[in-house]
Amino acid sequence: MSEIIKPENIVYQKTKVLTDKVMHYCPGCGHGTAHKMLAEAIDELDIQYETIGVAPVGCSVLAYYYFDLDMQEAAHGRATAVATGIKRVMPEKYVFTYQGDGDLAAIGTGETIHCCNRGENILIVFINNGIYGMTGGQMAPTTLSGMKSSTSPFGRDTKTMGNPLKITELVAQLAGTYYVTRQSVHTPANARKAKRALKKALEYQKLNKGTCFVEIVSNCPSNWKMTPVESNKWMEENMFPFYPLGDIKVPQQ
Amino acid sequence: MKELKLMKGNEALAEASIRAGADAYFGYPITPQSEVIEYLMFKQPEKITGMVVLQAESEVSAINMVYGAAACGKRVLTTSSSPGISLMQEAISYIAGAELPCVLANVVRGGPGLGTIQPSQSDYFQSVKGGGHGDYKLITLAPATVQESVDYVKLGFELAFKYRNPVMILTDGIIGQMMEKVELFEQQPRITEQFDWATKGKVRGKDHVIVTSLMLQSEEQEKVNLRLQAKYREVEKNEIRYVTYNCDEEIDYLMVAFGSCARISQKAMELARAKGIKVGLFRPQTLYPYPYEAINKLASKVKGILTVEMNAGQMVEDVKLAVNGKTKVEFYGRFGGMIPAPDEILNALETKLIGG
Ligand SMILES: Cc1ncc(C[n+]2csc(CCOP(=O)(O)OP(=O)(O)O)c2C)c(N)n1
Ligand code: SF4
Repeated sequence: MSEIIKPENIVYQKTKVLTDKVMHYCPGCGHGTAHKMLAEAIDELDIQYETIGVAPVGCSVLAYYYFDLDMQEAAHGRATAVATGIKRVMPEKYVFTYQGDGDLAAIGTGETIHCCNRGENILIVFINNGIYGMTGGQMAPTTLSGMKSSTSPFGRDTKTMGNPLKITELVAQLAGTYYVTRQSVHTPANARKAKRALKKALEYQKLNKGTCFVEIVSNCPSNWKMTPVESNKWMEENMFPFYPLGDIKVPQQ
Repeated sequence: MKELKLMKGNEALAEASIRAGADAYFGYPITPQSEVIEYLMFKQPEKITGMVVLQAESEVSAINMVYGAAACGKRVLTTSSSPGISLMQEAISYIAGAELPCVLANVVRGGPGLGTIQPSQSDYFQSVKGGGHGDYKLITLAPATVQESVDYVKLGFELAFKYRNPVMILTDGIIGQMMEKVELFEQQPRITEQFDWATKGKVRGKDHVIVTSLMLQSEEQEKVNLRLQAKYREVEKNEIRYVTYNCDEEIDYLMVAFGSCARISQKAMELARAKGIKVGLFRPQTLYPYPYEAINKLASKVKGILTVEMNAGQMVEDVKLAVNGKTKVEFYGRFGGMIPAPDEILNALETKLIGG
């Protein structure tokens, strides 16, 4: 056995941009895969030592333990303002935020829009699972019409609770965004595509052409009250029709 | 090069931030301090020292930009006035919790609510007793002159980095708006030091840097609090600053006032002394840490103390704590943007302390 464990025989290994800390995410949750794709993108670009990340308040609040990167913890919703502060004084670094839908599209909507509108040269990774995971499954701005949550126990009634927000389409309208795309990580093929998008978005940062925004439509088996497999199926059948995957804004050649 | 100039308080503070070698200013306009960002935008320090100046979309955003840049180990400041400072409280608590250095200035206006754009000192409690959530302290400097507004920017950055703690310059609309002669200190270089605690991109062979105020385990969060408390005791030991007027001689009465109110009280003191009333004045320059002991000592030799403030009586609580029952403590204040006149203060001295 030991003689085959040699560098030349390696076909796969965990990226060094992830630490050995055991992730606290629920089984089957998309956060873990999204972390991995982002970490691998950073690794493949060889920018681990030039990257500063900002963690949100949400299930991924402890993302700073998992990325072997210099990281800051922002207040709920303020990650893009924090990242703006970082990028403005460290313009030569790669800067990203990693945020859930409550963080980015509810309490932090103002910061999100103005950061994108200023065209801050950062990457925003937006995990849209249609729910507040961390606080126990309350309605998010992205919760689908009719979808149940602990604060919409009879389903989201858009007449009184507002409509699900397509913030990604919204920021794509802004002159400050350079690359806006919607991805998922629920199958190996999708995860690889998401990684390519993240890599491109990071590379674009050096062009100083504006904000790159990568949404990852994700799941929350625990609060959707489904098994991981069921949740992925539900996501395909319900989330993707409303939040279709693909590029929304691509750089003009 | 040092320079002597006639300058408006807000503009002098802005100029001082450039000269202090600040790396960035993030702000949002609000009267009576909008001249700070206007001055900086006009001066374009980015072309001179490399200092970044950015108008944020709100005070919430501005203070979170401060957080991000401060956590990179840079000299960063923001300024605002009362309602804007209220909006910043959550992030100020985060900054204190994550132990980041930065300078804040509150050019106080009358409240509560939208209040008035006229000067006030009614944010004393907010600045000195908390404001945001959790057990934290803001080192609070209270300038009484345009000169001190300038000097406290430099001092503020020194203290902020010495203790890795936010520093608040608690000034008001009078000092922000008035013109006075100032000596501007010479241009300081920007920071080149790479701090271990700052995010700057992981350093090879070292642990990655995490800036956070979150400790999910209460044992760990208690440790953070104990460390903060130990730091605050150090600040209290080392950083108390105040000035006294006529307090070394035989006096019967004492006035305590800070900021612009202390200058008006100084005039009131002169009027009183011309009438033969033996009165001195005590002016705290640091509101946190507060000069409890110095006031306590003076309390032993006077028949009473009058605290004068442009609020409904905030610092007077600290004066009472300092005096600890040794002598009578009275209060005179105007608020909602009203400024007490020297003869009003003299009258309060005569009726509340001497006659009362
Ligand atoms: C100012 C403030 N308000 C509310 C909260 C409580 N809170 C923590 S996380 C969260 C929602 C997170 O949901 P989301 O951003 O969708 O991330 P997820 O947990 O689903 O990954 C809320 C409301 C907080 N920490 N701070
Ligand atoms: S609560 Fe939901 S979003 Fe949070 S870790 Fe669990 S599955 Fe993931």
